[in-house]
Amino acid sequence: MPRGGEGVSTLTGAIVVKLRRPARLRNIELGLLAIAVLLVGGAFLLVDAGVGTTPDGGLLLQLGGLVVLLLALHIVLRITAPEADPFVVPIATLLSGLGTAEIYRIDLLWERVGWAAYSTRQIAWLAIAILGAIAALLIIRNHRVLQRYRYLAMLLGIVLLVLPMLPGIGMEANGARIWVDLGVASFQPGEFAKVALAVFFAGYLVTARDSLSMVGRRFLGMRLPRARDFGPLIIVFAASMVVLVVQRDLGTALLYFGLFLVMLYVATGRSSWIVIGLALFGVGAYVATTTLDYVGRRINGWLDAFNPEFISDQSFQLVQGLFGISAGGMFGTGLGRGRPDLTPLAESDFIIASLGEEIGLVGLFAILAVYLLFVGRAFRIAFAGSDDFGRLLAVGLGFVVALQVFIVVGGVTRVIPLTGLTTPFLAAGGSSLVANWIIVALLLRLSDGVRSGPRIIVESETGDQPRLVVGE
Amino acid sequence: MKELRRTSVVVLVMIASLFVSTSIIQVVSAEELRDHPRNSRTFYANLSVNRGPILVEGTPVAYSVPIDGPIAYQRVYDNGALYAPVTGYLTIGQGNTGLEAEMNSYLTGSTGGQFFDQVSAVLTGQKPQGAAVETTILASVQQAAWDALGDYEGAVIALDPQTNKILAMVSKPTFDPNTLAVHDTTAVINQYNALLDDPMDPLINRTMNGDLDPPGSVFKLVTAAAALEAGYPPEYTLPNPAVLDLPQTDHVVYNHSRGRCGVGETVTIFDAVRLSCNIPMAELGQQLTYRTIRDQAVAFGFDESVGVPMASTPSVYPRVLDEPRTMLSAFGQGDVRASPLQMAMIASAIANGGTMMQPSLVEAVVSPDQTTLQRFEPEPIGQPISTGTARALTAMMVASVESGAASDAAIPGLAVAGKTGTAENGPDEPYSLWFVGFAPADNPRVAVAVVVQDGGALGQTGSGAAIAAPIGKAVIEAVMAR
Repeated sequence: MPRGGEGVSTLTGAIVVKLRRPARLRNIELGLLAIAVLLVGGAFLLVDAGVGTTPDGGLLLQLGGLVVLLLALHIVLRITAPEADPFVVPIATLLSGLGTAEIYRIDLLWERVGWAAYSTRQIAWLAIAILGAIAALLIIRNHRVLQRYRYLAMLLGIVLLVLPMLPGIGMEANGARIWVDLGVASFQPGEFAKVALAVFFAGYLVTARDSLSMVGRRFLGMRLPRARDFGPLIIVFAASMVVLVVQRDLGTALLYFGLFLVMLYVATGRSSWIVIGLALFGVGAYVATTTLDYVGRRINGWLDAFNPEFISDQSFQLVQGLFGISAGGMFGTGLGRGRPDLTPLAESDFIIASLGEEIGLVGLFAILAVYLLFVGRAFRIAFAGSDDFGRLLAVGLGFVVALQVFIVVGGVTRVIPLTGLTTPFLAAGGSSLVANWIIVALLLRLSDGVRSGPRIIVESETGDQPRLVVGE
Repeated sequence: MKELRRTSVVVLVMIASLFVSTSIIQVVSAEELRDHPRNSRTFYANLSVNRGPILVEGTPVAYSVPIDGPIAYQRVYDNGALYAPVTGYLTIGQGNTGLEAEMNSYLTGSTGGQFFDQVSAVLTGQKPQGAAVETTILASVQQAAWDALGDYEGAVIALDPQTNKILAMVSKPTFDPNTLAVHDTTAVINQYNALLDDPMDPLINRTMNGDLDPPGSVFKLVTAAAALEAGYPPEYTLPNPAVLDLPQTDHVVYNHSRGRCGVGETVTIFDAVRLSCNIPMAELGQQLTYRTIRDQAVAFGFDESVGVPMASTPSVYPRVLDEPRTMLSAFGQGDVRASPLQMAMIASAIANGGTMMQPSLVEAVVSPDQTTLQRFEPEPIGQPISTGTARALTAMMVASVESGAASDAAIPGLAVAGKTGTAENGPDEPYSLWFVGFAPADNPRVAVAVVVQDGGALGQTGSGAAIAAPIGKAVIEAVMAR
């Protein structure tokens, strides 16, 4: 617990010391957090103004509760991770809050109130997610611990992946079998699996990368890996294909495989892995398109979305989403003034279409820029990382968010075929919120490890000469 | 770390592609998406304004009434089935047709000229209102055509030959647009799918769309026109056998009477048209070759869609035909297909001294403050035949009604020009029964085309003369009665 020569032996002592010396980064965080909370509060008020309803007192109280939890998170950070990145929490707050505001707006359209309202549940889940992040920060006091539990993470990832396929608890919704029904509540284990898998990939690749970096024969100017090292890639590929075939979930398959591929590349520095991986996925996707009916339908609905044959059927959701986004134009209809109820799955898979309709291109650009900032912070944490595991994990966590945004928003805006994934932080859904806030907690922990680590370290990169790195 | 830098670039490219895709959707193609017929947002936007009415002689046949509910107005169609081919339908999410679709921007008041009216309406607190579309339809003629067609499957279209204003447009079986105008999306989809799946295709406007019919003998007007334009006189004689072998085949051609065409060893083009004989027309077609006939058909408007403003399905004369098929095409068989609109345009051009006018359904568009935004202007679109040819064809058609195959269209005291057709659709298929004509022959006020499909439910025993000609006659009488 005591860290880096602080010389304090008891927890209370540490608290006293930390509170007496408020960290500069935490002050920045508090300021940014205040801005994020104001923006979100403004969004809720604009929704009410747009619809013409008076702000709901109960709702404001719930939002106030969230602010208290955020402050608790902030205080926990001041004590246990004072050097953590100051942008991550405000960004997650802003995105989660904006998403909840838009979900509240859609509830108003459907006249859903109380526990039937998605926004009420979203706020409850957000509370759980923030508490989850606090718990993660308190439990994981040093990210290197995670490296030790990499195989546990693997097991967890596999169990989470398999859960929806089990009869009895596995549940199908919107054509994809990615849900688990626990009676009282249902959740999407895939959202948690991505975190567990990122931890596993990072832990595994750090140990295995030396052999994975070994080269075999040269081919077309590329140095190919040795044949015997293909095992892990094949296994992950196979797992992705199982997800694709059994769970009928194209997006998740793409997400896991993309995540592994990028982490494999970053760990080994061998671009041949990317080429081989993409070739594998290309073949897999081609076979899936031609043999799996649902994939073929998705592809057709994507390529020829406005074909009258598809428009009421396989491309219905996509086209309705496009109509919604286009209705927003440059500046949007204004919060509370659009018709996001005409978009299917407006509060979950198509939240970006709902937001695009009401806050326009300007708003979507802002949201995408905020995502980019989030991923940028994760990569910055990776750049500054003191240990290879931490670096790789930060890359993985940042990339998995970026890839998920790309897959969802790209699907809704017709860059790629539409798949059913949640938009990180924005979309309605508890699993997604909790999982993404755990990513937030891990990034905070990683960044604190970076900044409060040794000031001077000697590190050795594969194949490079040992060199001196001077920390901040 | 160069790997991390490269990964950053990949992320940047991914997010940049989303910047591009959202820009395309919200700016570049936003208008196109907004105008898409399946965009129900546009429908709701349309009905948040007081959509303008569609008028027949000043009386609204489609109009919006204010209601309580999320959608401010309900579209109502009076005599919905009667005017369905004209008004079309307006639905939530299932697209729009007819004038509702073609005149949408006027009806919603969203065209350039009306923009400032809308702004001032909003500023003064009034509900914005769209413009009224006045049609060229004459109520009594439309009703007469509807009544005369009775329970038959088919279509009737009437034109004013001097302007090609559409005076009547009737198609059966049809539908009631009120059933598609409801605000319950599920009900709309169910009703729409039911109409779509109906084997009788009630959504098709048979005056100008759908699977077109073979024109049969009414196409003889085109063959005769081609001959006259090529310099053949109406008195030009052709051999008159009772049976004609179709070269290169083991088929033979009969006249409708199964005998000769009239009494002589030879028959003139004039009598061949008057008596509607197949054999002399086949011989004439053989002499003219398919190129000449096709050129004439194209001059009359085959191959081309016209917008009235709804787009018509182009009528078809094949690009290449061998000799036996050319001979069949000369009396409207083979692979020739024509819409009633096309045949009415031919009759109208003959009536109008050879000049073909642009057909139209829209008389005027009038904004709520009584400003005329658009008014019908007669517009010649071609001269498919000379005045002389028109005069000669008129004489043949008058003779056909007075003392020929089309005598069922005769009206005492009125010079009616007409041509009937009984077209074969296949060995055991019911005939398509036709009448085209105009009147009065010397100063035409109406040109009409009638098609009765499914043989008028008589299989292969009905004829254009017995079934279609009286319908045409009723329409002519309705115009003359005004």
